Amino acid sequence: MELGRVEGTVVSTAKAGRLKGYKLLLVNLVGPDTKPSSNHVVAVDAVGAGEGEVVIVVRGSSARQVDELTNIPTDTSIVAIVDSIEYGGKTVFRKHT
Amino acid sequence: MKLGRVTGKVWATAKDPKLNGLTLYVLQPVDENDAKIGTELIAVDTVGSREGDLVYWVGGAEATFPFSGRQIPSDVTIVGLVDRLDIRPGGTA
Repeated sequence: MELGRVEGTVVSTAKAGRLKGYKLLLVNLVGPDTKPSSNHVVAVDAVGAGEGEVVIVVRGSSARQVDELTNIPTDTSIVAIVDSIEYGGKTVFRKHT
Repeated sequence: MKLGRVTGKVWATAKDPKLNGLTLYVLQPVDENDAKIGTELIAVDTVGSREGDLVYWVGGAEATFPFSGRQIPSDVTIVGLVDRLDIRPGGTA
């Protein structure tokens, strides 16, 4: 999996039938420092993530192991909203509550 | 499978229920000389590893199969702890 920050919503009317009803988010892939990168992915949201949140993104066929996404044409899914990250013995990220 | 070094830990309350009870680590892929390979990943732990441990992990679809009878939404899963690497002098792992 990879860390990412939700940067926005992808609004799309014409899409694969099986994607209807699913929220697509634009996610900026980041490292443990959560600093912005130049890598973006479009991910199906499985956990109700919102803009600005740091999330965990799963790729490939594993992205369809979420129960609601078994038959969805996705290779990128958001499976967790990150509360905090500890790195090198220090807390480097904590979600604002 | 590939080698990696556990470098951090991630806490997430809101997550796919299939990930409940599993520890999520920051994992730095490394080579046999402990040199970093690429960027850090987030991994599901299945063997009780701890920060600083040298581990081996599976990627892709195989990462969904660490437990019998149940699949998890993971594409990076730690499946073993390295006790030691025996490398032939002058050789590679």
